[in-house]
Amino acid sequence: MRVAKTGNEAMAEAMRQINPDVVAAYPITPATEIVQIFSGFVADGVVNTEFVAVESEHSAMSACIGSCAAGARTMTSTSSQGLALMWEMLYIASGLRMPIVLAEVNRALSSPINIHCDHSDTMGARDCGWIQIYCENAQEAYDSLIQAVRIAEESLLPIMVSTDGFIISHGMESMEMLEDAQVKAFVGEYKPQHPLLDLDHPITIGAIDFTDYYFEHKRQTIEAMRNAKGIVAKIGQEFGEKFGRHYGFFEEYKLEDAEIAIVVLGSTAGTSKVVVDELRQKGIKAGLLRLRLFRPFPYQELANALSGIPCIAVMDRSDSLNSAGGPVFTEIRSALYDLEIRPKMVNYIYGLGGRNIDLSQIRSVYEDLATNKTDELVRYLGVRE
Amino acid sequence: MSKEAWQDLPIGGLILEGGTATKYITGDWRSLRPIWDEEKCISCLNCWIYCPDSSVLVEDEKMIGIDYDHCKGCGICAKECPPKVQAIKMVSEAEFRK
Repeated sequence: MRVAKTGNEAMAEAMRQINPDVVAAYPITPATEIVQIFSGFVADGVVNTEFVAVESEHSAMSACIGSCAAGARTMTSTSSQGLALMWEMLYIASGLRMPIVLAEVNRALSSPINIHCDHSDTMGARDCGWIQIYCENAQEAYDSLIQAVRIAEESLLPIMVSTDGFIISHGMESMEMLEDAQVKAFVGEYKPQHPLLDLDHPITIGAIDFTDYYFEHKRQTIEAMRNAKGIVAKIGQEFGEKFGRHYGFFEEYKLEDAEIAIVVLGSTAGTSKVVVDELRQKGIKAGLLRLRLFRPFPYQELANALSGIPCIAVMDRSDSLNSAGGPVFTEIRSALYDLEIRPKMVNYIYGLGGRNIDLSQIRSVYEDLATNKTDELVRYLGVRE
Repeated sequence: MSKEAWQDLPIGGLILEGGTATKYITGDWRSLRPIWDEEKCISCLNCWIYCPDSSVLVEDEKMIGIDYDHCKGCGICAKECPPKVQAIKMVSEAEFRK
């Protein structure tokens, strides 16, 4: 069914069709609408979900962990400061191997206070043991959230699916929605392994680990994250076979014979594809790789896809404040270290706090690559200087 | 004792049974030991209600002693024992190690 939806509406509709057992959430711009619309579904009785309105995001994630431990399929939504306030509980969710699904909307972190898009919120949470998927548009957000339920429950890891704040969350697009029954069949029934409410099989959750066990339990979570890659691939493929929209770890756009390429996440990929098309018409071999799965980080597949390209720019919509480039850059650069011929690489920090990124800025990046202007490791695109 | 490899442990730090706290001896954390005077005790069970480590032993609604394997010596039992009764007093563990 073809519909016009904003990113937030698309995610709320996906949640309606998933019909989770529990949603615990607290509103925050620009993700508020997701649970606002969803709470309407609860009030209207079109879902069976127990909606828990909590007093903070820390409580939201705590309630999600409790409900997931009890054996309920559990979802939430947040953004920016809200995700930051969940920080302590994010690690507990992954450590306890709780398959919680979080609809995230990317927004800059304070300070200075700002409500617009950048990736500093989820990038700040990149090491907390959550699978991360960055979406280009509302369609992908909808499709990914549906896949996320299966990915989380098979890997027994929590997962966040994010869209770019306002650009995608509030921008209306034409997209395809599945039938309710198709989503219901795809996500299936959740069968928790060790639900706390199974009174015939009492368990202990969250026991203390000292020096003698902590490392082993972390090692298990590390392994789960490694295995999650295969699960993301498998479920993306199954989704594609059933519904015609295929999803992998990343999207390659005119990359195969590219001599200059950029790596980018999220909505900026759409803008960049327009520039790639322009350049191709002029006979310039420009390409693009849009990374979708950032955790687990598909470093071998990325190295394969980017090998042979002499000049690569990595675009980061957040900065690590480490004076050595953004998080996507440092990881991609590391992934390419073992290539026999290493490419020239440069990092562009762009779009912080929702600063607009337009065609001319993307053109300037390709122009820098085409003219071998790669002497400076990190550049700042669109900042007044 | 050799411990399990990471591959052999239940995931998520789960322990696939309940009540395992009884297997963990916390009594040696104690610096003050509650000494219970059976003669003075009226078995009001205030101490049993308040004890955060379930270390007040009760049988047939009567207090019968203290589980020193798990009592951490917080002293709430002595504090909550009615002033007119004072059946529990806290004594330094050092007194028992002389």
